[in-house]
Amino acid sequence: MARTAVTDRHGELVAYRSVPFVTRLRRDYPLLVMIVPAVALMLLFIYIPLLGNVIAFMDYVPFVPFLDNGWVWFENFERLFADGDFWLALANTLVFTALNLLLFFPIPVMLALFVHSLLHPWLRSFLQSVLYLPHFLSWVIVVGFFQQTLGSAGVLNQFLAQNGLDPVNLMQNPELFKFMIVGQTVWKEAGWGTIIFLAALTAIDDALYESAAMDGAGVGRRLWHITLPGIRPIIILMLILRLGDALSVGFEQFLLQRNSVGPAAAEVLDTYVYYHGVVAGNWSVGVAAGLFKGVVGLILILAANKFAHLLGEDGIYKSTRR
Amino acid sequence: MRSDTAARASDASPAGTPTPAGTKLTAEATQFRTRGKYAPPIWGHRPGPLTNILRVVAFVILIALVLFPFLIVVSTSLSTGQAITDAGGLVVIPTEISLEAYTRILTGGVVTQSLLVSIVVTAAGTAISLVVTVLAAYSLSRVGTLWHRGLLMTVLLTFLFAPSIIPLYVVVQGLGMLDTLWALILPTSLSAFNLVIVRGFIMNLPPELFEAARIDGASEWWVLTRLAVPLSKSVIAVVGLFYGVTYWNAFFNAMLYLRDTSNWPLQLVLRTYVLQGAPLTLDNTGEIPPPSQAVQMAVVVIAIIPVLLVYPFVQRHLTKGVLTGALKG
Repeated sequence: MARTAVTDRHGELVAYRSVPFVTRLRRDYPLLVMIVPAVALMLLFIYIPLLGNVIAFMDYVPFVPFLDNGWVWFENFERLFADGDFWLALANTLVFTALNLLLFFPIPVMLALFVHSLLHPWLRSFLQSVLYLPHFLSWVIVVGFFQQTLGSAGVLNQFLAQNGLDPVNLMQNPELFKFMIVGQTVWKEAGWGTIIFLAALTAIDDALYESAAMDGAGVGRRLWHITLPGIRPIIILMLILRLGDALSVGFEQFLLQRNSVGPAAAEVLDTYVYYHGVVAGNWSVGVAAGLFKGVVGLILILAANKFAHLLGEDGIYKSTRR
Repeated sequence: MRSDTAARASDASPAGTPTPAGTKLTAEATQFRTRGKYAPPIWGHRPGPLTNILRVVAFVILIALVLFPFLIVVSTSLSTGQAITDAGGLVVIPTEISLEAYTRILTGGVVTQSLLVSIVVTAAGTAISLVVTVLAAYSLSRVGTLWHRGLLMTVLLTFLFAPSIIPLYVVVQGLGMLDTLWALILPTSLSAFNLVIVRGFIMNLPPELFEAARIDGASEWWVLTRLAVPLSKSVIAVVGLFYGVTYWNAFFNAMLYLRDTSNWPLQLVLRTYVLQGAPLTLDNTGEIPPPSQAVQMAVVVIAIIPVLLVYPFVQRHLTKGVLTGALKG
C-alpha cells in the first residue's frame, strides 16, 4: 500500500500519480464497469440530444436521413425572431418568473420559520409530512384540484350559487391566470421548499441564541441577528438557482391550462417549442427556440453564480462540486 | 444589572408573564421543561396565550389548505349520483356511500388498461433507475480512481443543460422506441440530482469500514452490495420515491412519444377525461352509468393512492433530513 497520494489545492485526492496507467486500470476497472450504464444513458439522452441542437441550423424534415437535411444556417433564427408569438412567449415567461420570485419565493422561508418554531416533535413532523405531500402529486392532479375548488363548477362557485351570489370564473380568466399559476405553485411546492431552509435552521448553533438571550435580545432581535443571517447563504443559493432557471417555468403546468385560458396568456417558451415546433411541424424553428432558451439559460446560471461569488457566497459550484 | 437583562428579555414575549428577577427566567424555563420532552430551550420564553392561539390557527389553516381538495375528491368519488346532484356538483361530506364509480372503472376499459401501463412503467422504471444510480453513485464515491474527475464532470455538467424536446424526440425515434413503453422509461431513467444525493450519502459513511473491507481483500462489488447498499437504505428509499413518483406522474412524454392511445398511462387518461372533460368510454353493459363526476373523481383518487401508500414509509426519512444531510455533506 505504498502509494503516493496527490492532492489538489482543495486538499482533495486527485490521483495516485506514481501508479502506472495499466495498474490503475486493472485496479479500478470494476468501478468503471459500474458507471457504464449511467454514462450510456447520459450520452444517449442528454449529450447526443445536445449535439442534436444543430437541427436549429438545418432545414430539418423528419423521416429523411439526418445528414440529408440541408443547412440553412441562421434562417431559422431569423424566422424565430420575426415571430410575434415567440416574443410573447418570452415576455410571458419573464413575467411568470418575476411573479414567482416576488410572491412564491418568500413563502417557503416563512413556512420554515413557522415549522421550526413548533417545539412538539410530533406536531412538527406531522405538519412537515402534510406540507411535503403535494410535491409528490402530478400537475394533472393539482390542476384538477384547483378546478374542483376554484373552477367554474368548483366548490367555491357551488357555495356562491347556493347563497345567491354571482359565480366567479377564476380558472379561465386570462388576467387572473398569472395569480392562479403562482397559487398552484405555492400549493404544490411551498411546503417542499421548506426542506432546505429547515436543514439550515437546525444547523444554527443553539449557543448563539442562548448568549443572545443572556445579553437581552428578544425574540424579534434573535430572529433578525441570528436566524436570518444563519440561513442567508441558503436563501442566496436558492435565489441564484431560481434566477439561473428564469426561462423555465413549469412546462406541464402551462401545457395543461393553455387550452382553457388561451395561448396569449399561457404561452411560455417551453410550450412555444412544443406547439410551434412539434405540433405545427416547424421542427427547426422549434429547436432554434429551444437552443435560444438553453444558451440564455446557461449564461444566466453562470452569471448568477459569478454574482454569488462576488458577494462572497458559495454559489452552486461549491455546493455540488467536491 | 442582572435583573435589567431579564426584564428586557421578557419584554420580547408579548403577553408573557413578567419575570421580575433574572433567576425567575431560568426557573420558569426549567419548570416548563419538566412538563414534557418538547420543552423550549432554556433561554426560551413561554409564549403568551395570544401567540399560542395564532400558532394553532396557522397550524390548522395550513393543514386544511393542503387536505381540503383531497376531501372533496374522495367524498365525491364515493357518492351516489343523487347525492352529487343534491350537493350541486361536488360533495364535501358524503351522505350516501357508493363504490359504484370504482367498480365501474376497475372492471376493464380505458382506466384499467392505463392503470396497468402506469404500474408496469413505474415498477420497471424505478428498478432500472435505482440500479443505474446506485452503481454510478458508488463508483463516483471512490475519489482518486481512474478517470474519476472526468466522469464526475460528465454527470455534473448535465445540471447546466436544459433538456431540449425535439432533439430528444429525434433520438428516441432513431432508437425505434416510439410507441413503446421504453420511451416512457429510458429517457428519464437517470437523474443527476438523485445520483449526487446517493453519492453524497455514500461518501458520508464511515470510510474505515470500507478501508477495512478492502484490506481484507474484498472486491468493489462485495463492498457495494454488502456494505454500501445496506448502509444507504434510507437514501435509496428516498431516491426510489423520487424516481417512482416521477414515472407515475409523467404524462408529457407519453403525449409526445405514444400515438397509440392503448398504451397511455393513467395521468394522460386523467388529463383527457378530467381536465378536458372528454367522454370516458367504458364497457357499457346496458346499466345506467354512474355520474361522470363520481367517475372522474374516482380516477383522480386512483392516481393518488399509490403515492399515499408509499409516502408514509419514506416521509420519516425526509423529515429526519436524509436528503439535505447528503446534499450538504
